[in-house]
Amino acid sequence: MSRSARGIATERTIEDAVPEKLGVWIYAVTGSLPGEQLGGVTGVGGGPVRTVEGAGLVAVVSSVDLTTFGEEPLRRNLEDLAWLETTARAHHEVINTVSRVGPIVAMRLATVYRDDSRVAAMLSERREELTAALRRIAGRTEFGVKAYAEVTGLPRVPGPGADAPAQPAGAVPGPGPGTAYLRRRRAQLATRDQMLQTAATDADAVHAALGGLAEAARRYVPQHPQLTGESAAMVLNGAYLVDADRADEFVATVRALDDQHSAVRLELTGPWPPYSFAAVAETS
Amino acid sequence: MSVPDVRRAPRTSATSSGAGQTQIALVDLLDRVLAGGVVVTGEIALSIADVDLVYVSLRALITSVRTGDVRLIEQGQKS
Repeated sequence: MSRSARGIATERTIEDAVPEKLGVWIYAVTGSLPGEQLGGVTGVGGGPVRTVEGAGLVAVVSSVDLTTFGEEPLRRNLEDLAWLETTARAHHEVINTVSRVGPIVAMRLATVYRDDSRVAAMLSERREELTAALRRIAGRTEFGVKAYAEVTGLPRVPGPGADAPAQPAGAVPGPGPGTAYLRRRRAQLATRDQMLQTAATDADAVHAALGGLAEAARRYVPQHPQLTGESAAMVLNGAYLVDADRADEFVATVRALDDQHSAVRLELTGPWPPYSFAAVAETS
Repeated sequence: MSVPDVRRAPRTSATSSGAGQTQIALVDLLDRVLAGGVVVTGEIALSIADVDLVYVSLRALITSVRTGDVRLIEQGQKS
């Protein structure tokens, strides 16, 4: 019995000893990046970050173990929130670091190549698009602005029967507490709908105003309340590409817009590396 | 009601202050790393389905953590 258990253990050890297969995880592409700028930066999975050059561009990459970052394991690992968070933050950390050096085009999370030569091949295939993106992003930064609907001041609707004493058995059936409750609840929902609509209109106005200040603007799908931890509904999840020398003006405008539009509460994030404006509009 | 609430205003030097670094909200980060960035056909790359999967599992996780909210509805239905 104990002998067979030992046999299994040995087999496992042998399997684990198989040399790891490596892939190349890509973070960003830039025009040039002096190697010393990357000293000490670690990537996803803890490996050192390095560069791959091709077609006059530089890809920022690190080698990753395909037993973790291969196609199948990756899909499984994405369901593990802690893993996802660690990976997303590591990806961001590298992008954030290199974006301080100069303009960079961020790559979507979890883009992995078999080896450096494939990365170089991609750089020359997508040269035009990447160069255009770098030009668009140079000297600009990204801000995020989220708007939450201010649905406050609604009267609390007490539950059915809260305002009526228990009806004696056999009493003449009038508009029961249930009906009264439903009526109040319906009125409250109508008010809420109205407030949400006003908030949505305000959000559109905010987005238009900020878009006017920005070089480019984009709306993400509003985040689900379960993810934001906010009970208020999100009515705007915007991203704005702003000239670096207009950043202060942009921030001040967000504050002013927050004051002007009472139906929404604004939240500013950033400055971000320009993730949201790395991709070119789809070419058909 | 209209108190300026521009929380997490950008702090240009916050990122270099080391220990005092403000943590970016994961949802905001995921919006950008999963829906932003250039998509190149790496030999391994996330598909739309994978990205959706991330949001579904996020939601499921957070729902299971917050159980308190369910009670309100049940109270209203009590007869």
